Amino acid sequence: MKEELSGEALYRATVARCRTVLWVVAAVTLCMVGAAYAPLPQPELRVGLILAAAAFNAFLVAGHLMHLLRERNVIYSLLAFTVLFFAALMGLCVWAHGDVPLPARG
Amino acid sequence: MEIAYTVQPRPDTGVYNAKLGMWLFLASEVMLFGGLFSAYVFLRMGAPPDTWPQGWLSVPLGTLNTLLLAASAVTTLLAWAACKARRFDRFKLHLGLTLILGTVFLGIKGYEYRDKLMHYEVQLKDGRIADGHLVRARTTSDTVVLQGRWVSDRRELLDGRRAPRTHEELVLPRDQIARMQNYAPRHNTFLAIYFTLTGLHGLHVLGGLVVFAYLWGPGSRLWHVDPEHFTNRVEVAGLFWHFVDLVWIFLFPVLYLT
Amino acid sequence: MQATSPTIAGLKPTVHTEAPAGFWRTYVFSTDHKVIGIQYGLTALCFLWLGFLLILTMRWQIAHPGEPIPLVGWFLEKVLGSPATQGVMSPDLYNMFGAMHGTIMVFLAIVPLAVGAFGNYLIPLMIGANDMAFPRLNMMSYQLYFLGGVVMLASFLIPGGAAQAGWTSYSPLATVIPTDGQTFWLIGMVLLITSSLLGSVNIITTIVQLRAPGMTWMRLPFFVWAQLVASFLLLLAFPPLEAAGILQLMDKVAGTSFFLPTGLAVGGATANISGGGSPLLWQHLFWFLAHPEVYVLILPALGIVAEVLANNIRKPLWGYRTMVYAVLVLGFLSFLVWAHHMYLTGMGTRISTFFQTTTIIISIPSVILLTCLLISLWGGSLRINTPMLFALAFLPMFGIGGLTGLPLGFAASDIQLHDTYYVIGHFHYVVAPGTIFALFAGVYYWFPKLTGRRMNEFWGRVHFWCSLLFMNAVFMPMFAQGFAGMLRRMADGGLSYSARVAPGVEGTLSDFILGLNNYILWAAVGLGLAQIPFIINLFRSIWRGEPVREDNPWQSSTLEWQTPTPPPHGNFLRPPQVYRGPYAYGPRPDGRDYLPQNLPEEGLQPRL
Repeated sequence: MKEELSGEALYRATVARCRTVLWVVAAVTLCMVGAAYAPLPQPELRVGLILAAAAFNAFLVAGHLMHLLRERNVIYSLLAFTVLFFAALMGLCVWAHGDVPLPARG
Repeated sequence: MEIAYTVQPRPDTGVYNAKLGMWLFLASEVMLFGGLFSAYVFLRMGAPPDTWPQGWLSVPLGTLNTLLLAASAVTTLLAWAACKARRFDRFKLHLGLTLILGTVFLGIKGYEYRDKLMHYEVQLKDGRIADGHLVRARTTSDTVVLQGRWVSDRRELLDGRRAPRTHEELVLPRDQIARMQNYAPRHNTFLAIYFTLTGLHGLHVLGGLVVFAYLWGPGSRLWHVDPEHFTNRVEVAGLFWHFVDLVWIFLFPVLYLT
Repeated sequence: MQATSPTIAGLKPTVHTEAPAGFWRTYVFSTDHKVIGIQYGLTALCFLWLGFLLILTMRWQIAHPGEPIPLVGWFLEKVLGSPATQGVMSPDLYNMFGAMHGTIMVFLAIVPLAVGAFGNYLIPLMIGANDMAFPRLNMMSYQLYFLGGVVMLASFLIPGGAAQAGWTSYSPLATVIPTDGQTFWLIGMVLLITSSLLGSVNIITTIVQLRAPGMTWMRLPFFVWAQLVASFLLLLAFPPLEAAGILQLMDKVAGTSFFLPTGLAVGGATANISGGGSPLLWQHLFWFLAHPEVYVLILPALGIVAEVLANNIRKPLWGYRTMVYAVLVLGFLSFLVWAHHMYLTGMGTRISTFFQTTTIIISIPSVILLTCLLISLWGGSLRINTPMLFALAFLPMFGIGGLTGLPLGFAASDIQLHDTYYVIGHFHYVVAPGTIFALFAGVYYWFPKLTGRRMNEFWGRVHFWCSLLFMNAVFMPMFAQGFAGMLRRMADGGLSYSARVAPGVEGTLSDFILGLNNYILWAAVGLGLAQIPFIINLFRSIWRGEPVREDNPWQSSTLEWQTPTPPPHGNFLRPPQVYRGPYAYGPRPDGRDYLPQNLPEEGLQPRL
């Protein structure tokens, strides 16, 4: 665990970190917009790139701005469950799509 | 009677009550927006061909909104850091900035909504289709005036990116109109999920702004009594605001870009 | 267990110097968890009775289709108007009562009683805290629940009446019914879901953060574990239903077609909608909540039974650790089984097989929990009193309910049994002689703690034996009716599918099967009458019950009994320190047969 800063030192460190995070998020956002318009061979690649960029932005916001990189296990384990269920919901939708019963024979 | 660990964290969990409570609430919010996102995936994958539109939303405005919300997330964190540094003046500055950025976000969304609700698709009795924005000044009880274009097939309207940029003024007598529908939720499933997702998100933004306004104004009295308790409230409200930003980070590409 | 826990740094000893508050702040707008628990309890018991009356009138219609309802028919006509012309229950009214019976029982009666009442009252006491983590949020939870209940009741009185599409509210039916009852239902549900969410955040934070020093995770009473898992289920499973509710509300109010497919025809004409929606989406989102919801219905009951059993067998529960792990696994798995309610919707075999597998697996932790409770009885020194009778009866009743679920979990047998009375028998066995019996046990058991008086033991036993008899009489025949193919939600009780109407046709319902309806009606009336001793006993004992002579009349080892009776504001006279697990029962050389969790070790003689 990094040493805990406090007071004025924490404030200055936070300002510096925030400036970096904001620039990176803005840059990734513009890349994302670019990927939406760039001529790419497959539409799935486009969607994949865009969602990956979004996930990276989300990681930055959650990690740095929500202190998630420094929170304790109790928060991590709570979120791990939530992420699991969320992923299960999405995955199930995609996996089950197009799965229809076979026509009856005879 | 005092409840333990309201201000100081509990040693073995490392958090104070409100922070755990807020993370639990955010977990449920992930499931709420997750339910809506999964509805989006379900509906989009199940949509019959030539019914799902593309490019109906303004990407420049959406990008601007994304940057505004990201900036407001940063200023929220700085407001909390200022509280930790016991600099009340800087806290007020940063929280005030957050309020302004959030309000501008809502203003832009309101403009986008109005734009959609003023955009009409009109089917005439002879089969032609007119699509454009209502010109209120010249619309009367006999005629509808749109600023837009003619199309011969509804499916041409689905791709907003390839739409021609030039618009002309179309004058349509009301007795010739078979159907007239604005770009409201009932028009199309994409618009339905767009309005629902961004509407619910917008309500959350509004809720966050109300809480921030309270902490900026009357709630800041707690600062003078128990600054650490007040700092915790700012942190917990900030967590909610960051979550709202996170949802938008996924909303924007899913609705505007894909 | 030698685990140590840090002392609470910020907690000062409780000081009772607050000025007495007025009537409104003490009894209506209180933030004390005990007052809120009692508010939840009384409101929920009223809704439980109302839900029962709804089904009683429906059972009359099933047994005597088209005949005016005796005693209350004129009243229904006066209040509700045309759906009850001449005191006869029309099909619309039948559907209305059916939908509201399910909604009221699940969302307004059982969950608020099990979680809102028992959870709120007992959790802080059992973990050694002086209140819940967020007292004002607690008060808001109750008020949102109350408001949701008011909206639901108000929906009966609007033109067109209440919701009629079942508590499951399937689209497109729920959306295309032209009246506003469904809209009221959705608004009521949003309020109830919000109340539930705030309550579950409160319960989880309280259990994690406010345990007394020495109260480690493995020293928690099983009741607290059960409430923790139930609260997690509420927290994570309710939001998709809220999302679905918002979408259905948009369908009704804003004319969208989230759940309405392209080409939908209503009343013979194509509907004026954009189409593109999916009725299956509603079912997925609804059952994603509703399945964990049924575990929310049973887990607090298991917790109550565990406490009452442990206390009345005078020995520790067998397999406490196993039960804790089983309940955690059960909670996790409950999120992965929902589509076993949807086997017959035309889903593909891949996805049906997935859900069939998870459904069968989830029976394992359920059986583990029941088996541990059963094995606990072996070698115990059983004390028989009213709470113990209800807790003992819970075991075989829950067993029947659980076992009858197995043919429903297998997709192949479910083809025959889906949407028949077999399903109704199955789930009522789990909830009615299951959960409700456990809740009765809880009421009789903790009544002395709340009031300082005992409920009358004789009338308690009358209540028990009559309820046990009539519960079985009502629900056991339904299995036979289900096997015979009698479908659910039929307003004429199956008459139109009977041998009387279509003699000689294969597969019609026989006279015997239909005759069971009559028999069930009388059993239901008996069940209702059996509750009257309970109601009178409950209220009479508050003021005239036999006073208990000590703070711990059941000689229980858990912390809630180590407070004054009834507990004051702030619960404990000084912050408790916990030294041992929750079920330290057993003979000792000094004559006592239990050790409270907060009794210090010094001066105790070694155990035998």
